[in-house]
Amino acid sequence: MRSHGGSNDNPTPRLFEAIYKKCLIHTELSQTSTDTFICVNFFFLIPVLIFYMAPPKPKEVAKAPAAPAGGVTKAKVGRPRNYDLGNGVVRFSKTKMFHKKAKYKFVGKKNPKAEKPKKPTVVVKQIGGEKNGGTRTVLLRRRKSFYPTQDKMVTRSHHKTFSKHVRRTRPNLTVGTVCILLAGRHAGKRVVLVGVLPSGLLLVTGPFAFNSCPLRRISQRYVIGTSTKVDLGDFKLPKHLNDDYFKKNKKSTKRSVKRKQGEDIFASKKEKYVPSEQRKTDQKTVDEAVIKAIGQRDDKKVLRGYLKSTFGLRSSQFPHRMRF
Amino acid sequence: MPFARFVQPGRVALVAEGPLKGKLVSVVDVIDQTRALVDGPGSGVSRQQIRLNQLHLTKFRLKFPFTAPTRVVRKAWTDEKLNEKWAESQWARKLENKEKRAQMTDYDRFKLSSARVKRNRIRTPVFKSLKMKAARNGTFGKKKIPKTPVKKPRTKKETSAKKPAKK
Repeated sequence: MRSHGGSNDNPTPRLFEAIYKKCLIHTELSQTSTDTFICVNFFFLIPVLIFYMAPPKPKEVAKAPAAPAGGVTKAKVGRPRNYDLGNGVVRFSKTKMFHKKAKYKFVGKKNPKAEKPKKPTVVVKQIGGEKNGGTRTVLLRRRKSFYPTQDKMVTRSHHKTFSKHVRRTRPNLTVGTVCILLAGRHAGKRVVLVGVLPSGLLLVTGPFAFNSCPLRRISQRYVIGTSTKVDLGDFKLPKHLNDDYFKKNKKSTKRSVKRKQGEDIFASKKEKYVPSEQRKTDQKTVDEAVIKAIGQRDDKKVLRGYLKSTFGLRSSQFPHRMRF
Repeated sequence: MPFARFVQPGRVALVAEGPLKGKLVSVVDVIDQTRALVDGPGSGVSRQQIRLNQLHLTKFRLKFPFTAPTRVVRKAWTDEKLNEKWAESQWARKLENKEKRAQMTDYDRFKLSSARVKRNRIRTPVFKSLKMKAARNGTFGKKKIPKTPVKKPRTKKETSAKKPAKK
């Protein structure tokens, strides 16, 4: 009724009920009065009113609700009749559900609240002796004996430190993927991904014999993963090749260390990096596996050339439009 | 030169943009100066209106009366063997090659460039020697080039490397 733009002045079920009740009261009043003519008039009016204004349902409002059957019955658990059609739209409108659920039966009906007997919190006790008042009210539950003067320390869930963050690698960066390095001194080189370290950094190798890129860590941000993949089989990284292995020994370049060792702290002598024997052997073992895997391919010659060449962009080439 | 292709009933056009990009349609009717009613029963395009600046007109034209129903358009389409004719056309091939190029991976690009290098290594010296010969005979350009001992062209692999198909 109300959904038609609100301009409709037909009575809603609730309104109608109110009017109907008023009518009933009036008739009762008029019955008590001596004027019977009005009374008759009213009785005549009611059916007319119903006929004109109301859908048939609100008639039943006046009916007394059916008396509950004797004995305690188990509460029925019903399933919802209405269901979602998606996008927050339900199958039946509010009005339709009103009829479906037969809510008109319960409009204006009130269930008296069952009052629970209050449990006593105090007990009145008799006290002997003079000038004691005779009785005392004593709390059944004793008050707290301790009230803290300070607020409690609240334990807050702490942020995880960076080292404990969950690392996610791009799904196309699997072991054996040929990657293009985009940063660092080896930028532009095509290298083979050997593994992902717990720090989230990628471990790549040239192989060294191909493009002189050693075993190296690099962030996945600075890498383009290509669709070319080298099948490394059941190759496993040696366990000692972890993040600590690749850390630079920064302590030796610190001034305090130099002073202790009696070196000239102002001398800006550049130490040349010399790979340790350990590094060399590790480089060899990893590269061997990679080169072997490349050698098993049919296009090994082309692939070798591919890894030896560097990546570059020409005019009218846009990396975001290219496939890799 | 006057225009040769018009937006007219039966004119086949390539959709240049929008959701139907790359599909062939045939103009059925012209709605107004900016829109036309098109149909593409042979290319999976349902009958609909389309803006003219979304269309690129082709040289093909189907024969059917204007506002012809889809079944008539379909018959004209199949009778004309439009799909085959289109596939043979230079335009369609260029589009195909463009698509091929776009689909190349980094490795493919490398293979292509190395193939080109190989080809050019054979071609350039041959071309240069021909050019020199022509110049000396006076058939190429105006300048006559004096005779000098011809340098032997630098070719690594002379015969074996065949010309790879250019993608």
